[in-house]
Amino acid sequence: MKMPTPDQTVLARRAEIAAALREIVPGEGVIDAAEELRAYESDGLTAYRQPPMLVCLPSTVAQVSAVLKYCRKNGIKVVPRGAGTSLSGGALPLADGIVLGMAKFNKVIEIDWANRCAVVQPGVTNLGISDAVAARGFYYAPDPSSQIACTIGGNVAENSGGVHCLKYGLTTNNVLGVELVLMDGEIVRLGGKHMDAGGYDLLGVVVGSEGLLGVVTEVTVRILKSPETARAMLLGFPTSETGGDCVGAIIAAGIIPGGMEMMDRPAIHAAEAFVHAGYPLDVEALLIVELDGPQAEVDDLIARVEAIARARGAIYARTSTNEDERQTFWAGRKAAFPAVGRISPDYYCMDGTIPRKRLPEVLARMAEMSKRYGLRVANVFHAGDGNLHPLILYDANQPGELERAEAFGADILRLCVEVGGVLTGEHGVGVEKRDLMGTMFNENDLNQQQRLKCAFDPEGLLNPGKVFPVLHRCAELGRMHVHRGAVRFPDLPRF
Amino acid sequence: MSTTLRPETPAQLREAVAWAAAEDVQLELRGRGTKRGFGRPMQTEHVLDLSALAGIDAYEPEELVLTCAAGTPIAEIETLLAGKRQLLGFEPPDLGPLYGGADGGTIGGVLAANLAGPRRVKLGAARDHFLGFSGVSGRGEAFKAGGRVVKNVTGYDLAKLVAGSFGTLAAVDMVTVKVLPAPDKTRTVLVFDLDDAAAIAVLVDALNSPYEVSGAAYLPTAAAGRSGVEYVRKAGVSVAAVRVEGTAVSVAGRCAALRTLFAGRGPVEELHSMNSAKLWREIRDVAVFLPDREKAIWRVSAPPCEGPRVARATGGDWFCDWGGGLVWLATAVAGDGGAAAIRGALAAVGGHATLVRAADPLRAAVPVFEPQAPALAALSKRVKESFDPRRILNPGRMYAGV
Ligand SMILES: Cc1cc2nc3c(=O)[nH]c(=O)nc-3n(C[C@H](O)[C@H](O)[C@H](O)COP(=O)(O)OP(=O)(O)OC[C@H]3O[C@@H](n4cnc5c(N)ncnc54)[C@H](O)[C@@H]3O)c2cc1C
Repeated sequence: MKMPTPDQTVLARRAEIAAALREIVPGEGVIDAAEELRAYESDGLTAYRQPPMLVCLPSTVAQVSAVLKYCRKNGIKVVPRGAGTSLSGGALPLADGIVLGMAKFNKVIEIDWANRCAVVQPGVTNLGISDAVAARGFYYAPDPSSQIACTIGGNVAENSGGVHCLKYGLTTNNVLGVELVLMDGEIVRLGGKHMDAGGYDLLGVVVGSEGLLGVVTEVTVRILKSPETARAMLLGFPTSETGGDCVGAIIAAGIIPGGMEMMDRPAIHAAEAFVHAGYPLDVEALLIVELDGPQAEVDDLIARVEAIARARGAIYARTSTNEDERQTFWAGRKAAFPAVGRISPDYYCMDGTIPRKRLPEVLARMAEMSKRYGLRVANVFHAGDGNLHPLILYDANQPGELERAEAFGADILRLCVEVGGVLTGEHGVGVEKRDLMGTMFNENDLNQQQRLKCAFDPEGLLNPGKVFPVLHRCAELGRMHVHRGAVRFPDLPRF
Repeated sequence: MSTTLRPETPAQLREAVAWAAAEDVQLELRGRGTKRGFGRPMQTEHVLDLSALAGIDAYEPEELVLTCAAGTPIAEIETLLAGKRQLLGFEPPDLGPLYGGADGGTIGGVLAANLAGPRRVKLGAARDHFLGFSGVSGRGEAFKAGGRVVKNVTGYDLAKLVAGSFGTLAAVDMVTVKVLPAPDKTRTVLVFDLDDAAAIAVLVDALNSPYEVSGAAYLPTAAAGRSGVEYVRKAGVSVAAVRVEGTAVSVAGRCAALRTLFAGRGPVEELHSMNSAKLWREIRDVAVFLPDREKAIWRVSAPPCEGPRVARATGGDWFCDWGGGLVWLATAVAGDGGAAAIRGALAAVGGHATLVRAADPLRAAVPVFEPQAPALAALSKRVKESFDPRRILNPGRMYAGV
């Protein structure tokens, strides 16, 4: 993976830069010892490692602003970091850049029950928000499997999802406002406790911007009252095709479950061996369908979903009868990644989205590729919204296997785009899918995205080397080649 | 003299904008023109009429997505979706009547204004259902963003930015939106004769309940008196309304639970099917409750509990939706039309006010959209320039110089 060439003049000034940053963030706010820097050398995409030049850990907005201002003035690259669980290398450091760690921003600032929102600092964990509001029966809806560790700042940057986002939306649908520090140190507030941000919806583009537009220093999220009841069903199918059909039939019947997940045989077996969730082992596809809401509604919908599943060829059906059992059903799915980690030295997690009806074809072609690359693959799938997580099993200690796994992964993502889907449903582009952007977007599309980046960070100092395969200078992108009088439109209807 | 350009294909659209960009010709973008009065008055040389770019490209009910040309009428989309018992979850308002027209406008227009009806409290605004688009930037370049599937984080979410940009960033030709199953049943619980504080308390309790409320509005006495729904009109007092939607058993159960929750607050009534649908359509489309054609109309977005307090700042007629977070307010046109009073009240609590309807002179004299802090205003301007450096697309419709 090619990263921007390190700037030797910046590297030569390392000691001076560390001293300047210590002026801004005193005490233990600046890390420059090699052994301590190593803790930051990668994120959840562990195949890539690069110790940063320095790590800076500010604890106030004023410090963030001053650090960015200083870095801009001195041409120093900045990589924001939350908990470092990104699976796309979004928080991968740069040799000549500082990592701006947001871990010290770990306070819940305000819970406003009447306006149904919580104002938190970006380093608060995803689960930390739900925990903070649980006493009154509330929760924060998006629930990535990494929710114990990942931060809301990282969630905002990646627009993270979870198993409940089919019904309750992704991060972007649950964030009301942010405070954002721009690369020039300016502090802007986007949105707030009201339900739509005024002016341009900059909040909408900052969510999912992968740390390229600004540093988030405060987040206002929507909180929801927990449903009265939730029950989960396990539905087993003889083929992935029948399982996929059942998902379509449930939605066509007008039912949007709280969660609808699918696992294939290898994933089922790995999860069952790991957490003993009671999954059937003689099925090719397992659906976990959760219905939540008032008791009467849930009972009604459970019956309807079971009838649909039977009609679509389910050979196994079991419904949770109490909360413990429901949690157990989910435990297998939520631990699917580490479970697969147990059956293989390494795994590589993919994240494409496809139109769901193309599932059988995509799985068949993936099986072919698996043979061709000589690497096993296990599939977990946010079935309701078509978001696939193929887990490619490999052994990094075998020469060439990582490269094979990456090539296999890239082929899967190309296939997702080919059938009308996208490269990433929730993990982000980062460095991982950067060079595949051209399969989905042409040069015009990518240039327009980079022009937007220029409006926020004209020198391209914030998280460079991520998302965009080719970096253009803003001046070059802004230039317009117009030919006065040369463009005409003889066929265009006029009045 | 002003000419209207009416491209019939994306290629013609690109040609038209490229020509305008080359010649520095400013364009007013128009769908069916139902919301022409929304925004700052413009003096552009030409009109770019997008209504010929219409028609459904792909509708996949089981994938929950619809792709269509931006000029497709909302009415056509709603009819198509109804055939598969689906709908647009954000409940697009028809502001036509507010401006004296009757037509429902186009999907492109609704997205450009990021409008959302009562269901906003549960399912989000237009921007939350806008998955991808293609269009032409003010540079005359065709580009696309987003995708045609419901879950996607590939690249910046430009659909969100284009939603609510009032045609100032790009001329959009094709859009993909998320669609959702239509609920089997709808019911509304009414609570009568509450003052502002008591009404907000009812709405807060409803929205903070686990009953998945999909509408929460409050009609002060004057507004309630104008409703076409007899129960509401003849009450002679204020009315708080809470809607639930879903399967028959669920709706009945949740209504009963809400009535228990509201016990002792005021007299309670339930609206079923036709009446319920009619009331929420009135709330969604606004016009019925603010009938005086001479008045200026404001749309205020505030923290929900603060809505009524901001509304009372001018003494004008008003009602609120979104649990109090969306206030529609009619003010006298004299002076600044209430701008200073409304924005002064908002400054203390956060939010923004938009002068949605007024004669040109008032919309030229008073900032139509909430003035922004300097750093944010400068950023917005740079964003505009990144799409439309020559400011040829709806110049000045939102802010001067943008
Ligand atoms: C086991 C496992 C399971 C996972 N499951 C899911 C899942 O179910 N769904 C899902 O969507 N993701 C999942 N992820 C991916 C990951 O947890 C999410 O992307 C998460 O949002 C990253 O948060 P973080 O705090 O770790 O951010 P980091 O990894 O530290 O950073 C991620 C990106 O955010 C930027 N960033 C971080 N903080 C800020 C800030 N304050 N301001 C600006 N930019 C910032 C960084 O620069 C980087 O680009 C999983 C990861 C793991 C390891």
